[in-house]
Amino acid sequence: MENEFSSIDKLLKLLKENKISVTEISKHFIDKIKKSEIKAFIHFNEDNILDNAKKLDDLKSKGTFKRIHGIPIGVKDLFCTKNIRTTAGSKILKNFIPTYESTVTSNLLNEGALFVGKTNLDEFAMGSSTTTSYFGSTINPCSKDKNKKLVAGGSSGGSAAAVSANLCLGATGTDTGGSIRQPASFCGVIGIKPTYGLCSRWGIIAFASSLDQAGVFSNNVKDASILLEIMAGYDNKDSTSANIKIPEYSKNLSSNIKGKKIGIPKEYDTENIPEDIKINWMNSKDYLQKNGAEIISISLPHTKFALPTYYILAPAEASSNLARYDGVKYGFRSKINDSLDAMYEVTRNEGFGAEVKRRILIGTYVLSAGYYEAYYLKAQKIRSLISNDFKEAFNKCDAILTPTSPSEAFPIGEKEDDPIKMYLNDIFTVPASLAGLPGISIPFGNSNNGLPLGIQIIGRHFDEQTILNISNNLEETI
Amino acid sequence: MKIDKNTTLKIARLARIKINNNEIADYSKQLSNIIDWVQQLNEVNTDQIEPLKKIVEIPATFKGDEPELKDYSQDILENAPEKIENYFVVPKVVE
Repeated sequence: MENEFSSIDKLLKLLKENKISVTEISKHFIDKIKKSEIKAFIHFNEDNILDNAKKLDDLKSKGTFKRIHGIPIGVKDLFCTKNIRTTAGSKILKNFIPTYESTVTSNLLNEGALFVGKTNLDEFAMGSSTTTSYFGSTINPCSKDKNKKLVAGGSSGGSAAAVSANLCLGATGTDTGGSIRQPASFCGVIGIKPTYGLCSRWGIIAFASSLDQAGVFSNNVKDASILLEIMAGYDNKDSTSANIKIPEYSKNLSSNIKGKKIGIPKEYDTENIPEDIKINWMNSKDYLQKNGAEIISISLPHTKFALPTYYILAPAEASSNLARYDGVKYGFRSKINDSLDAMYEVTRNEGFGAEVKRRILIGTYVLSAGYYEAYYLKAQKIRSLISNDFKEAFNKCDAILTPTSPSEAFPIGEKEDDPIKMYLNDIFTVPASLAGLPGISIPFGNSNNGLPLGIQIIGRHFDEQTILNISNNLEETI
Repeated sequence: MKIDKNTTLKIARLARIKINNNEIADYSKQLSNIIDWVQQLNEVNTDQIEPLKKIVEIPATFKGDEPELKDYSQDILENAPEKIENYFVVPKVVE
């Protein structure tokens, strides 16, 4: 049966043929989650899952079968879920119970998703390791040595690890600078960050609003397509959500890439990438060429400025977004009651972790009087240049192929003493984020240590279909 | 660019985050390192460049300015650390 539990497509077929019930599915996954030691979930409630499974079985017996009826899904704990504790991995929200449901999770529930739990993440999605969570670190299920546990990547590390360990068949994530793609690469699963605006941000706890975007983790490209077409769509509660017709990604999925032009950006070929990652990247290129794609060399001249640009803009937006956590309206509140300011300051000191405070301080600094033009405005101008680089590249090619991350999964505790070292994890994913472009990480090849590696495919705005198709081709190759 | 201890305290005050005395030096050093690292953006001449205003080129959607007449006050107060009737409670701000 284990094989049937490995893909949404297969499980839906079994359900339709009445060979299995949602309750049976839920029991299988509850059992797996309870036995799991990777700490993928912050919140998991067995009784709730069984109740919801029974409701879905009842619906089905009355003749209603939805598009992902009874499919077990993990939800990153950054999506507000009605009456279910939502923490953003932070002490400051440790007891927050939303009174409403995010649009993306609503869309999934309306199509019959069975939520199995809220997955762990770096605090407020700020990190590349899922080690800054107030609730502890998630362990990468691909770790080979029990004494050297590896990070799952981040910030959506809990979702990536849960899908990788088959604790659910799909999971939601959010990606601001690589938070879906990098953990997908570390855990050997598919992770897609769609175009900025494809999915509504309503009800997602905000980090950097001009970059945040919801996306999907899955074990295969078909499943990612099914989940994405359900999650996506215009929402009048998010003025940046795109009012477009969402394509039927799963129906249109094809592995035909004949004549597709795939660009290889020369600036990504830096001396800092380990040899095995470089060779793997070139292998993926060779496969695609052999399968009919046309490979061309392209240039994205401002690539090296993407990361410092991001680390001005994202903290600036975060400092503004996180101003709302003041101990008054919701969340943790310090006992210090001397004055309103003292209460604010101590609440925020005790409620936020070190990385979040660092980013709020950087953001406050770059937005403060006298520095705004030198930092924030400068970064927005360079963001224009980066966006233009991609526009010009997409005049020549249909998609861009890069490694997802400059490293394999690293041991828990590493890179933590040096914030900039940690930031470098996102060097290949941040440029597409700044330009609002869709990107997917697909497992391809292994490192010299036998750990999974990911290949990133970046597409034009709203051309998720092309990157899904190329991924599908690569998936069939492996 | 060196961020000295006074600047760190000033930023922390603006951000309403209390920093303990034993943390000031560490924060100053980390913030200085990050600011030094982002200075590389000065290598790029941006004199004639407009800041990015629109991330994707799709027209914005207009919606009617129609109030929704549901009373959400109980929902909004639901998670308040301290409340009385329909109000959030904060430390006293007037003498």
